[in-house]
Amino acid sequence: MTDLKRQIVEQLNLQHVKPEDIGDDQPLFVEGLGLDSIDALELIVLLQQQYNIKLNNAEDGPKVFQTVRTMADYIKKQQS
Amino acid sequence: MTEPLYITASCSIAENVVAKDNKILFANKGTAAQPFLVSVYEHFAFNYPRFYKMDNLCKLGWLAAEILLDQSFDKTIYDPGDVGLLIANRSSSLDTDIRYFETVKTMASPALFVYTLPNIVLGEICIRHHFKGENDFFIFDQFEAGFMHQYTAHLFATGALQAGICGWLEIMGNNFNARLWMVEKKTSPNAVLFTEENIHHPPGQPYPTD
Repeated sequence: MTDLKRQIVEQLNLQHVKPEDIGDDQPLFVEGLGLDSIDALELIVLLQQQYNIKLNNAEDGPKVFQTVRTMADYIKKQQS
Repeated sequence: MTEPLYITASCSIAENVVAKDNKILFANKGTAAQPFLVSVYEHFAFNYPRFYKMDNLCKLGWLAAEILLDQSFDKTIYDPGDVGLLIANRSSSLDTDIRYFETVKTMASPALFVYTLPNIVLGEICIRHHFKGENDFFIFDQFEAGFMHQYTAHLFATGALQAGICGWLEIMGNNFNARLWMVEKKTSPNAVLFTEENIHHPPGQPYPTD
């Protein structure tokens, strides 16, 4: 998950956030890391660029991008 | 006879120098645009994480507005719908358009795409300060003081605005120049008349063409 946090910080240009400051189970949106809808699109790009994973069903987004852990689980599942 | 308008505050960010009301507040020579703008943000200890996500035009405009308004503008005396912005530049959003075009070659960046219009900077300033009045962004080869003065004065004369930020926000690569003037009907101790001459040749400042 360390790599994934670093990739999130880089992709979203979160210059005020250190990767290690993002909790594994910290919500990424709204009250957590404060990401917005444009960031959600950037996370989709990240999955595609870094892991060659396409999020085909947009309705999966809220579950997949809930936390770093749910993202990591989704990546593992898609890669297996 | 039309009511006089006053420049109640001014701010410039050019040649890696930040000035307010013609007094230099910060300088960081020799740095490129992006790190310079971040250094301004850090110097003034602003706390607005959204700043980091902005493109350079928005960073420049946001910083200039923040410094312009700080302790100089009492927004509580105005209806948000009466405060507007009239800004111009030469390069539109080309600085970001080029960066976005580079990403399109591999995978288009949504975060860059949203900044591929020059008027987004107006939105960023309005979001920050809750302004809801008229917003205009003009593209000119150079700063047209006559037009900017006339159009701003017209909006005040017709009652569309009671207060407004007028100015120039240009950035292309590492060349940038921000000049903002707070225009109001009321005067203040250091205010000067809002005239074409006073924005054409701001005291102590070069003509804003870059």
